[in-house]
Amino acid sequence: MTTAPIGAAARPESSTTMLDVRNLKKVYEGRGRSVEAVRDLTFTIASGELVCIVGPSGAGKTTLLRCVAGLLDSTAGEVVLEGERVTGPPPGMAVVFQEYGRSLFPWMTVRQNVELPLKEKKVPKAERQRLVREALEAVGLADAQGAHPWQLSGGMQQRVAIARAVAYEPHLLLMDEPFAAVDAQTRADLEDLVRSLWKRLGVTVLFVTHDIDESVYLGQRVIVLSDSPTVVLEEVTIDLPDERDQLVTRSLPRFAELRAHVYELIQQAKGGHRPAS
Amino acid sequence: MNTLSAGRKVLLLLAVPVLLVAAWWAATADSTDFFWPPLSQIVGTFGETWFTGRFTADVLPSLARLLVGYLVAVALGVGLGTAIGSSRTLRGLLEPVLEFFRAIPSPVLVPILMLFAGIGNEMKVLVIVSGCVWPVLLNAVEGVRALDEVLRDTARCYRLRPHSRLVHLVLRGASPQIAAGARQALSIGIILMVISEMFAASNGVGFTIIQFQRSFAIPQMWTGIIMLGLIGIALSVIFRAAEARLLSWYTGLRMSQREG
Ligand SMILES: Nc1ncnc2c1ncn2[C@@H]1O[C@H](COP(=O)(O)OP(=O)(O)OP(=O)(O)O)[C@@H](O)[C@H]1O
Ligand SMILES: [Mg+2]
Repeated sequence: MTTAPIGAAARPESSTTMLDVRNLKKVYEGRGRSVEAVRDLTFTIASGELVCIVGPSGAGKTTLLRCVAGLLDSTAGEVVLEGERVTGPPPGMAVVFQEYGRSLFPWMTVRQNVELPLKEKKVPKAERQRLVREALEAVGLADAQGAHPWQLSGGMQQRVAIARAVAYEPHLLLMDEPFAAVDAQTRADLEDLVRSLWKRLGVTVLFVTHDIDESVYLGQRVIVLSDSPTVVLEEVTIDLPDERDQLVTRSLPRFAELRAHVYELIQQAKGGHRPAS
Repeated sequence: MNTLSAGRKVLLLLAVPVLLVAAWWAATADSTDFFWPPLSQIVGTFGETWFTGRFTADVLPSLARLLVGYLVAVALGVGLGTAIGSSRTLRGLLEPVLEFFRAIPSPVLVPILMLFAGIGNEMKVLVIVSGCVWPVLLNAVEGVRALDEVLRDTARCYRLRPHSRLVHLVLRGASPQIAAGARQALSIGIILMVISEMFAASNGVGFTIIQFQRSFAIPQMWTGIIMLGLIGIALSVIFRAAEARLLSWYTGLRMSQREG
């Protein structure tokens, strides 16, 4: 199924594994009805990678992410993060939720929102203030410290959520369709923000999206999911230049090829195609 | 501009009360009915009735009992409500019982509580607690249950400790609903303060009103009713001021949602 150069794993052999998802299966048990959201997912992510997960709506992306985050128990299989099996939210992990507006504490200011997780981690005060300041500067919100989340626009709220995650200094950053509800221009800015933060901090990022262009633009690798019950269709290595630019990168012929390839995979997935096991 | 509109607001606020008082004044101006004395006569006796000793002897004891009963009820309601709201098991076990107790009007408890707690301050405070606790408790349960799922997940992801979770997530998140319950409880508390004093007491506003009524001191009895109204207004003003401070974020949030 793979077109020649695409999908060839180009990860350095020496890299250590950050996240290992093995035969993950999730069945939601409802009243007399059970939904098999995720059938069998296996993939690994190396330390420092930026990997996108793309799949049609209802593919079980959120389910997968919640299992990885330890917010949801899996039915079978396991998630191993930095060598430890995940049974609840692990330390060293931060999540940016799709519902950005609802993930910020409305009774706290922007600053307090970013600072709270650090207080819980018992980061000393001076260090805490530095982290909060730097995170808010990085997302361009240094002036909004004293505002409450509901006084900000949607894009700004999402940046606060990102700043909170970044200040926490996680090893693994999970993002669930974080930009699905912001306008196109803001979205492009936020995509570049994620790339630059990832490069600067060396954090491992797992970015979930249903937007094919976004996954190809952002990721070093794109894991394409089938629709529910979900399996991995293909892991596509994105061999685009490391320096990405909204205009330049998106107009590269290679970008178009990769995009078309992922698009085809997803079309096939909707048609019920499964990889030969 | 701003002071002008503020002035207008005050005018609008006072318009209906002033009209009502004027109507009362006019309607009773040359009343000879023993039970409906002229308002001028009632107002005339107000000062001498309440500010020659009765304020400290009756009003303050009433207010003290109300305050103690109310605060105990709020603390109890928030504590139990938070526990019940946080635990599905507890909710399943207690919900039918809560509905039962809530349906019992607290004034009927007065004779029963008198048996256990006598006719002193304890009984009156208990009556106030037993009536005020329900709206606070039930609203706290609802408020805790209605906490946003995403916020809960956020708190789990950032590994908030139980104490921070309680303070920064559960109590703050449920606070608008708790405040709504506390506001209901306040008016219930005032009613029970009076009723508990009407059964058996040696001081208090309710006791004084009954005394005046029994001795046919009708204008004085009316001043007692006005006194109760004034106490109600004063307490509600204090409550609103506290609420405005604690829940300013909520007001702002709601306003931004309405605009957006
Ligand atoms: N709590 C739940 N109980 C029962 N079924 C659920 C639950 N959550 C999700 N599902 C089902 O699991 C499947 C996958 O849902 P999920 O939310 O993980 O998809 P998704 O890929 O995130 O979709 P989207 O792109 O629309 O966000 C869907 O069929 C959904 O109906
Ligand atoms: Mg989803």
